[in-house]
Amino acid sequence: MPYPTDRKYTKEHEWITADGTVGITNYAQDSLGDIVFVELPKAGTEITAGKPFGTVESVKAVSDLNAPASGTVIAVNEDLATSPEKVNKDAHGAWMVKIKVKDPAELNALLSAADYEKFVSEEAAH
Amino acid sequence: MSVVEATPPVVPKNVRKTALNAVHRQMGAKMVEFNGWDMPVEYPASIGCGIVAEHMAVRTGVGIFDVSHMGDIRLAGPEALAAVQHISMNDASRLAIGQAQYSALLYPQGTFVDDVIVHRLGEDEYLLVINAGTREKDFNWVRDNTRQFNCAVENLSDDFTQIAIQGPKAVDVLQKLTDRDLSEVKFYWVTRGTLCGLKNVLMGRTGYTAEDGFEIYVPSDEETSARVWYEILTAGKEFGAIPCGLGARNTLRLEGKLPLYGHEISDTINVWEAGLDRFCKMEKPDFIGRASLEKSKAEGVKTTLVGLEMIDRGIARDGYKILDEAGREIGYVTSGSPAPFLKKNIALAYVPPAQSAIGTTVKVEIRGQGVKAQVVPTPFYKRPKKS
Repeated sequence: MPYPTDRKYTKEHEWITADGTVGITNYAQDSLGDIVFVELPKAGTEITAGKPFGTVESVKAVSDLNAPASGTVIAVNEDLATSPEKVNKDAHGAWMVKIKVKDPAELNALLSAADYEKFVSEEAAH
Repeated sequence: MSVVEATPPVVPKNVRKTALNAVHRQMGAKMVEFNGWDMPVEYPASIGCGIVAEHMAVRTGVGIFDVSHMGDIRLAGPEALAAVQHISMNDASRLAIGQAQYSALLYPQGTFVDDVIVHRLGEDEYLLVINAGTREKDFNWVRDNTRQFNCAVENLSDDFTQIAIQGPKAVDVLQKLTDRDLSEVKFYWVTRGTLCGLKNVLMGRTGYTAEDGFEIYVPSDEETSARVWYEILTAGKEFGAIPCGLGARNTLRLEGKLPLYGHEISDTINVWEAGLDRFCKMEKPDFIGRASLEKSKAEGVKTTLVGLEMIDRGIARDGYKILDEAGREIGYVTSGSPAPFLKKNIALAYVPPAQSAIGTTVKVEIRGQGVKAQVVPTPFYKRPKKS
């Protein structure tokens, strides 16, 4: 499926838009299966690129959410506490946190939609 | 996201396959290694599956499982009953021909070699159905501990493809495929009949889902196995039948408080701790483990299996610590997961008897935080009585 070009991607299947909105990809939600629990940090929390900032749980497994960039959490999608399945239904629309990115240049190192798509098709084949 | 496992396109070396392996992969199942077997954990959302859908299908209609990874040991001969009685803790002498019972094989210390379903197939013929991960261990144990009896012990594990058809509509599905009148077969009884054109197929009204259902044993060649699998799915279509994997198998058995070897029962846990007293007939003639069990019964248990329901937000999972109100470690979770039918997060755990009363509040340590849970009655789920 074509991945939205309005954002960048990590090899760990998170996405981040230019304005600091963060979520996980369709590939991630499909691999996880039914998502039953999303744990997100409170507004004001500092998150560090590459480090875990929360967790997403399926019936079978717990997965860390890794920060695509460093910054401060300014908004949290409270909807996901009661309706975690929204991530399965629309992973690219179900935002998790909005962050004030510390250094926007960090996003340059992330994957474009085309590169991410290539990355996941290789991952699925190995 | 740190855990996104792709299904390897080919089965890794040294991992065993059931005869239906190619079928599962063809259907797009997510495959995982389970106790040395390449097994489906869930089928794709694109065909209406996924752990939650599969779990609900079994609770409300019917689901189909490949359980061929389990093992089968046949004991036959003039002293087959005596042999079974020696190694099994339940009383097999109460079994009529065609009847089955849940039991366990015990070590001399009264701890578990494995749990098992004992089926009496004939006058002097018994079939033990055992866990996948303990196939070799169990067979060696049974053979080595029954040498003194006039009884042949055979490992039939590779001879059968075993398919479980589980749910309130299971009997309706299977009835379409067999000439045998299944209404005559009560729960925990077995029968033989023609199934999908195959003669003399063993069909047991047994399962691991806390629902009504059957487990059938057909020849393990790939062609027959695939044909039967698809015929069952087709016959089940009108009842909403979908294929189900190990993910749903686990959530279903957990809701029903059915033990899993290596979790609620193991070689370091005894019968009393696991709460399986009612399957252990101490009054029958001597069996392996009996003497230790008598001793430990008199001493009392130091730990006991309880059911927990999460009160605060969080999911208790296998191995998580149980803390008391003061934050001291008092036990651990043996199995924990969201329960798709009950829509709660539940767990089984070992705690000291002092903290085992219904209503006791404990904490489950989840990623460093103590999250509140409560001891609740088990089983968490009991299937409704047929009116």
